[in-house]
Amino acid sequence: MQTSAETYNDTVVRQFAIMTIVWGIVGMSVGVLIAAQLAWPVLNFDVPWLTFGRLRPLHTNAVIFAFGGSALFASSYYVVQRTCHVRLFGGLLAGFTFWGWQAVIVLAAVTLPLGITSSKEYAELEWPIDILITVVWVSYAVVFFGTLAKRRIAHIYVANWFFGAFIIAVAMLHLVNSAAVPVSFWKSYSAYAGVQDAMVQWWYGHNAVGFFLTAGFLGMLYYFIPKQAGRPVYSYRLSVVHFWALVFTYIWAGPHHLHYTALPDWAQSLGMVFSLILLAPSWGGMINGIMTLSGAWEKLRTDPVLRLLIVSVSFYGMSTFEGPMMAIKTVNALSHYTDWTIGHVHSGALGWVALISLGTMYYMIPRLFGRELYSLKLVEVHFWTSTIGIVLYITAMWVSGIMQGLMWRAANTDGTLTYSFVESVQAMHPFYVIRFGGGLLFLVGVLVMAYNLWKTVVGAQPAEIGIPAPAAAH
Amino acid sequence: MADFTSGFWDWYIIVPTLLGIVWLVVLVTRFSRGSKTAPGEPVETMGHIWDGDLEEYNNPLPRWWLNLFYITLVFAVVYLALYPGLGSFKGLLGWTEVSQYQEEMALAEETYGPIFARFQNQPLSQVAQDGDALQMGERLFVTYCATCHGSDARGARGFPNLRDSEWLYGADAEAIEHSIAQGRNGVMPAWGAALGEAGVVQMAEYVLSLSGREHDRGQAASAKQKYVTMCAACHGEDGAGNTALGAPALNNRVWLYGGSLTAIRDSIRVGRNGVMPAHQEFLGDAKVHLLSAYVLSLQDR
Repeated sequence: MQTSAETYNDTVVRQFAIMTIVWGIVGMSVGVLIAAQLAWPVLNFDVPWLTFGRLRPLHTNAVIFAFGGSALFASSYYVVQRTCHVRLFGGLLAGFTFWGWQAVIVLAAVTLPLGITSSKEYAELEWPIDILITVVWVSYAVVFFGTLAKRRIAHIYVANWFFGAFIIAVAMLHLVNSAAVPVSFWKSYSAYAGVQDAMVQWWYGHNAVGFFLTAGFLGMLYYFIPKQAGRPVYSYRLSVVHFWALVFTYIWAGPHHLHYTALPDWAQSLGMVFSLILLAPSWGGMINGIMTLSGAWEKLRTDPVLRLLIVSVSFYGMSTFEGPMMAIKTVNALSHYTDWTIGHVHSGALGWVALISLGTMYYMIPRLFGRELYSLKLVEVHFWTSTIGIVLYITAMWVSGIMQGLMWRAANTDGTLTYSFVESVQAMHPFYVIRFGGGLLFLVGVLVMAYNLWKTVVGAQPAEIGIPAPAAAH
Repeated sequence: MADFTSGFWDWYIIVPTLLGIVWLVVLVTRFSRGSKTAPGEPVETMGHIWDGDLEEYNNPLPRWWLNLFYITLVFAVVYLALYPGLGSFKGLLGWTEVSQYQEEMALAEETYGPIFARFQNQPLSQVAQDGDALQMGERLFVTYCATCHGSDARGARGFPNLRDSEWLYGADAEAIEHSIAQGRNGVMPAWGAALGEAGVVQMAEYVLSLSGREHDRGQAASAKQKYVTMCAACHGEDGAGNTALGAPALNNRVWLYGGSLTAIRDSIRVGRNGVMPAHQEFLGDAKVHLLSAYVLSLQDR
């Protein structure tokens, strides 16, 4: 393989990769704190900016947009350069996306505890920050698609389809849902009202899951799993079918968040049937990820990083089965407004999004600094603490959620409710303690990882990696 | 259906929905054909290589996965034929979420109505002696009342204690039933502007004197005349209150909004607005009757 004098722009990848770990620790620590607050309310300390109501959006924004977002920026920049065999397009613009995105995160971390919020879930940030997000995101699109445009291989690698779809869809979702009328510098009101506002919000909300937390991370799956396994992707045609089916179908699924509400029946039904159709397209990605290992299963025994990646895909398969099931109206009537939803979200967020991001960091960070990973043993420790943590978390929430749903609807022979609301709250307490323990274990795993990666890169010079010429197709 | 302003929007929903499903079928079918490898035959890669060693096989779509996909698509079509989904087409079953609610409520009324109705014509004093009735009343209480008045009915700041002998609107059965059925709105106007801050401080001392608590005699004396003109109309000259108005007695040790000097000054300065919501329309007469009996029974226990 010939290597030209040109090198990859890995500076911005390194910056985002490091911040992925930093924001991961911050966001998950806030998560552990608010989990503890639910179990022991005294931990709200009677201080307004430390209360659950303000820290919960800080937690979700930090893990989704700061941790997940940084992981997506890092991995998409890493992958698009290597699969296009060119340096990142846009020069300083790539650096701007890093500093711009960090500015958004810092502004979020200041405004949310102060109670400055648009009150839209996962879109709480007020309009001046929304404008900054838009500017950063357009720059991101220019850098990514600009790199794609100057690629040296005609065929676009599948990971880039998913990264591209994620960038385009998130731009559209953000612009439509965040449309608002400002009344002051830190206060605005949504451009929509009533049930239309709810529908736009959950069209955004569910596609934030579908495109930000799924499509983008499927992009990671398609590069880092075949790379770590040293095996070709299982099926090209499966990737074509599940890509188009996934990006088409996700857009319809939002109304399942509004079952049995003021949303018209027809919209609820469409949301439900398309959520069910989503099962197969989602599993297409899981099959392609897991079956890439066929013929190399023994590597799972010796390579904990690969195991981390494959377990993340398994959690992806599990939560994308659970999701369509919960979208069925009769199931939703039980599960909605209970902890089951929280359990479902975290089997996706911890099991899928976080594990595949962390596996990706284990792959990328040593290479970005030209080092070998400090300790596989510690990866092994990380693997087990996080897996046990996730299992504790989601089983606690399943039990608590189904129990809540059943307690709320239990009736005596005279039709009166068997339990008062406070009794259901009391019954949840032990599961809140278990959930706190599960979350804490997961955080400990990430701290072990941070130590491992620190020992890996400390003292290393950033690696300048030359761009190889594309291999001739055979 | 009032969801649509014109027939156009029907088709705006129906056409993309059906075309979307058809498109998915075409997509899946198109890629499910061909290139089956014989057993033992090695699978070829697509021939593209990225980043040194990234390649793709082109294995056929797994059969079970295809079937899963088709099942969900068939389910979608059947569901949209049976239930509302395609614009204003109501679905063959004629189901709506409102009709489901109404049916369930009607069924509940039919099943449980007679159980509650049994007590409706009995006087409250009699219902309040009936063990079954009180048990039902208690269940209703923890569902509808406990949020404000507490599971033990001892109330909280701003929410009256239902177990003591103090009754803002009177202790008799009719008054209690009226409070639950029609609700109450206890308004104490704000006197801060009329009295001035010094006046508020003096008045609070006078209020303390009514229940014989420790107070500043000088301050209290200077508020006495103002009390007579401003407060006595509702609270009575001796501070005994007035159940016809829901004006609390000030000459005892029960304080709805707290009995500290600060809380009393606040009440005088900014006023209070206590709301008990009306339950008759929401729960119906029979349940209100049972709840009244339960609350009445609390006084004896």
